[in-house]
Amino acid sequence: MAKKFKNKTIAWLEYRLPIFSVLREALVDHPTPRNLNYWWNFGSLAGITLIIMIVSGLMLSMHYVAHTDLAFDSIEHIMRDVNYGWLIRYIHSVGASMFFFVVYIHIARGLYYGSYKFPREVLWWLGIIIFLLMIASAFLGYTLPWGQMSFWGATVITNLFTAIPLIGDNIVTWLWGGYSIDNPTLNRFYSLHFLIPFLIVGIVFFHIVALHKFGSNNPTGIDLNLKKEKIPFHPYYTIKDFFGFGIFFIIFSIFVFFIPNVLGHPDNYIPADPLVTPAHIVPEWYFLPFYAVLRAIPFKLLGVLAMLGSIFILFVLPWLDTSKVRSCRFRPIYKQFYWIFIFNFFVLGWVGSKVPEGHYLIISRISTAYYFIHFLIILPILGKFEKTLPTPINIFKISKYKK
Amino acid sequence: MKKKLFILLISYFLIFIGHLYALEDITLKKQKWTFEGLFGRYDNASLQRGLQVYQEVCSTCHGIKRLRFRELKNLGFTETQIKEYAATFEILDGPNEMGELFMRPGEPSDTFISPYKNKEEATAAFGGAYPLDLSLITKARKGGANYIYSLLTGYEENVPENFNLGDGLYYNLYKDGRVIAMPPPIYDDAIEYIDGTNASLHQLSYDIVNFLNWVAEPELQKRKSLGLKVLIFLIVLTLLLYVTMKEIWSRIEK
Amino acid sequence: MIQISNKRKKIKSAKDRRNFLKLTTMSMAAAGTAFAVWPFIDSMNPSADVLALGTKEVDLSNIKKGTSKTIKWRGKPVFIKHRTEVEIQDARKVDLNQLKDPEKDEDRVVNPEWLIVVGVCTHLGCIPKGQMNGDVKGDFNGWFCPCHGSHYDSSGRVRKGPAPKNLEVPKYSFINKNKLKIG
Repeated sequence: MAKKFKNKTIAWLEYRLPIFSVLREALVDHPTPRNLNYWWNFGSLAGITLIIMIVSGLMLSMHYVAHTDLAFDSIEHIMRDVNYGWLIRYIHSVGASMFFFVVYIHIARGLYYGSYKFPREVLWWLGIIIFLLMIASAFLGYTLPWGQMSFWGATVITNLFTAIPLIGDNIVTWLWGGYSIDNPTLNRFYSLHFLIPFLIVGIVFFHIVALHKFGSNNPTGIDLNLKKEKIPFHPYYTIKDFFGFGIFFIIFSIFVFFIPNVLGHPDNYIPADPLVTPAHIVPEWYFLPFYAVLRAIPFKLLGVLAMLGSIFILFVLPWLDTSKVRSCRFRPIYKQFYWIFIFNFFVLGWVGSKVPEGHYLIISRISTAYYFIHFLIILPILGKFEKTLPTPINIFKISKYKK
Repeated sequence: MKKKLFILLISYFLIFIGHLYALEDITLKKQKWTFEGLFGRYDNASLQRGLQVYQEVCSTCHGIKRLRFRELKNLGFTETQIKEYAATFEILDGPNEMGELFMRPGEPSDTFISPYKNKEEATAAFGGAYPLDLSLITKARKGGANYIYSLLTGYEENVPENFNLGDGLYYNLYKDGRVIAMPPPIYDDAIEYIDGTNASLHQLSYDIVNFLNWVAEPELQKRKSLGLKVLIFLIVLTLLLYVTMKEIWSRIEK
Repeated sequence: MIQISNKRKKIKSAKDRRNFLKLTTMSMAAAGTAFAVWPFIDSMNPSADVLALGTKEVDLSNIKKGTSKTIKWRGKPVFIKHRTEVEIQDARKVDLNQLKDPEKDEDRVVNPEWLIVVGVCTHLGCIPKGQMNGDVKGDFNGWFCPCHGSHYDSSGRVRKGPAPKNLEVPKYSFINKNKLKIG
């Protein structure tokens, strides 16, 4: 336990503030399942993306001006005059998409392998909190360029709060700091957008502490009790994570350098005009599924509650999924439903970009219903009645050593 | 599992990229732009012609207020040429020591001026149809350069039978709703190119769109050439990382 | 014997290969990180619009002999003094040994009629008085800094007080008799 450090300076510091032993335990010695596959890279990918977003955001904040008259121009100043400003800006805007891309896959991994089950419920909760903070930060950040989509997206979403009975209108006026989205709103959105990533860092810290209590889940979903089932994090998973970073940076670079605007909306290159509403107000792609849920329900308050509910339902997932078996590998029936759920999520995303009329509306309603049916009906029933495959005693007793 | 992950990622990517390029009611006229693709670069000769088109045709109504005269050096103009060119413009400046605003000749650090003081004046001058500032137009429209090109070459003299075209408006195949307030700005031989190129409608449109794309994305050339270097570096590094990973894991491979 | 040494050789070469691989990968990653960090640092350097305003042209025809004009350059005041013969001679008569920061007046001007100095006191950055007609000019008929009492002469050199150096002479050139380019 108290392995001594050879270096005198480190030992001196370690005695007074045991930071080095903590880091060594967490990043070097930490026993990690030896059978993790590439789905397990997405946690560290999310971490590195958070760092990239904070650094690029910090550099942008040195040039950005949060005033309605100057915001759009200040970003053009960054793009045209600031050295490498275009690069930092595109890293930040593409990075937001990358962040959600990575986190969605990270969550999907959790759903497939039952990582939210006992004893990792709190780990799961901390993850959902991070996700909610990301959503808030991304929404606030998108308003800052003060383009048409910034302004009107913000108008639509803040107007949702009027759905709250009795006090809704007062809350919206309070949020706006005025009678509509204007300079006071932009200023406070900037402050909050600057703050939230640091809240995320704090929650990520606890997310990792919670993780290290019981260690990572693994593709078999079984608890690992044998010592030889685990290997030290360094060098095996440090190098694997770095390899993952390499692939990730390649994809990131393709977007940043060659197709930086493909994930965005052209209307946001038009300065905000409170007197002209764009033909189609659409959020960024990562919000589309939730936008679809919102618009599927014809009643305002119910729509808002359904949209929030679609995320908050994840908090009770460990209790909705009653199966004793964690991993889809040994749950052949649930595995099918899992992929149907994923497909349905894509459908929700696709229909979220369409006008909520005609057959698009019908599809969005079916998809929304199915989303909740999956959690509220299918999972609890499956837990009770599914015939699962026998789970192995340890990870070596599996005939095919699948990754 | 790896295959499933791969399929998931690819379908993720394809579904929404495919959606972006979804069929619209009319397909745009696609041109071969020199700035497209992995090796995209700007063609300075075309950009200079585009500047001439802007100067002689578009600048009467449209501004490009985000472009500074000094940026023209990237088109191949010398500092002296730029100084002289900028000086042909009258810039409002002030207040001076007496507290008055005054006009002075332009300098390279100034921006191109808009023909109108502000948006309200411009809108009033055209009976409610505001001639947009073109600084970012190729980024602000779906379809980008292809859309602007199609629009400029998409005017139709023959309006279909039942189509209700208002007074003073024009029929354009590519505009949302097919109605546009701007009269066809260019046509064959609308101007005479300084470099002698044949000024057909296609050529004029091609050059002005090139120019406008450069105004919207002046960093494009630097961005793509740096991008190529970064990609090659990353591919090599990732390969190295892969080999190193396999090497390290070979120690415990059972 | 030979078998053992061969095996040792094999293990050693495997170790070498591993080390070489690790070294190459790490150096490449380090180089990549350095290249990646540079744009962020460079973004804090003056941007293109700031650099473009780094030079300023001044019309000298309105500055009468014996008067001094203040213009703004790179965010700082610059004193453009149209010197009289008396002022020039006074500046040239001074014994260099008396100066805290010895400099010949001839070395501080291109054209002795015009003295161009940055109007920022070299002590702690206040703007010395002396530009206007009624101003205090200090004991040496140049400028006087009210903050801590530094005196400058008609060549902008410090003669008394805590300032360590003479007023800075910026880079400048004459475009023609009446036009000055600073920076």
